[in-house]
Amino acid sequence: MSGFRVEVRVMPRAALLDPQGQAVEHALHALGFGDVGRVRMGKHLVLELKAATREEALAQARAMCDRLLANPVTEDYDLVVDGDTSR
Amino acid sequence: MKRVAVIVFPGSNCDAETLAAARAAGSDAYFVWHRDTDLRRADVVILPGGFSYGDYLRSGAIARFSKVMAAVTVHARAGGPVLGICNGFQILCEAGLLPGGLVRNARLRFLSRPTWVRVDQIETPFTCLYEKGEILEIPIAHGDGRYVVDPRTAAELEASDRIVWRYVRDNPNGSASDIAGITNAGGNVVGIMPHPERRMAPASGGDDGARVFHSMEARHATQHVVDVRAVDDRHLRV
Repeated sequence: MSGFRVEVRVMPRAALLDPQGQAVEHALHALGFGDVGRVRMGKHLVLELKAATREEALAQARAMCDRLLANPVTEDYDLVVDGDTSR
Repeated sequence: MKRVAVIVFPGSNCDAETLAAARAAGSDAYFVWHRDTDLRRADVVILPGGFSYGDYLRSGAIARFSKVMAAVTVHARAGGPVLGICNGFQILCEAGLLPGGLVRNARLRFLSRPTWVRVDQIETPFTCLYEKGEILEIPIAHGDGRYVVDPRTAAELEASDRIVWRYVRDNPNGSASDIAGITNAGGNVVGIMPHPERRMAPASGGDDGARVFHSMEARHATQHVVDVRAVDDRHLRV
């Protein structure tokens, strides 16, 4: 078993209105950052977990996202394991 | 007199009012703690409003895995009436007992104010004493009340008349199709964002919410006479 650090990025579904992202976008424009386009805002979780392989760590994290960390109705998620990116 | 279990989660804050509302309607209402696994022969289960687990992660996301929810799910799957109010509605969506989800209000602000809703479906255990099309004044108090659902399920909700209440005059939170409350395919699980337990008597600003609780009693009173028998101390529809 080795330890893995898994980062979970949870984002609101692209089709859904993201009022928090919009509010940040407007604030950035108000501060003069006029080149900023669309801003979307989500959550970032960092998990430390034990697994035999990187694949197993990924599978565990995916199961956690499907059950608890992300709501499939309203959110999408990405996983990063020790630097590797995988969906 | 029906036995009504009001579930209490850490962070529930409308539990006492909900219990009082059920008792005012004549029910034998009692609290059930979220760690309990036994609903104590409840005829009806109510998940009250509040901020279970501080709304951490997502509203209702953690409460949905509390021990008592296994019993609530069994009760719901067996056709038992379940009402989720506000945070209770969010928990039912997270638990998959109702479709869709509730996310941050479109204009971000936490809203605590009266709203007006139209009763569109009266064939549920919680609306049978209303007239179809009746407009009620019931307050909301939520930050995450925008109902979202995929287009296919939205069309299904419309086609099968499962939208129980819709906001009229204005849509406070940006909910799809002005949805304030829905029911499941069986018509026994109902979720509502506004708080009917806060409109039980003229002294509290109106009594438009009272029939939600009186409906539970009325419905059982008529049904149980002919088609329900007690088996092992449980009421079974036969």
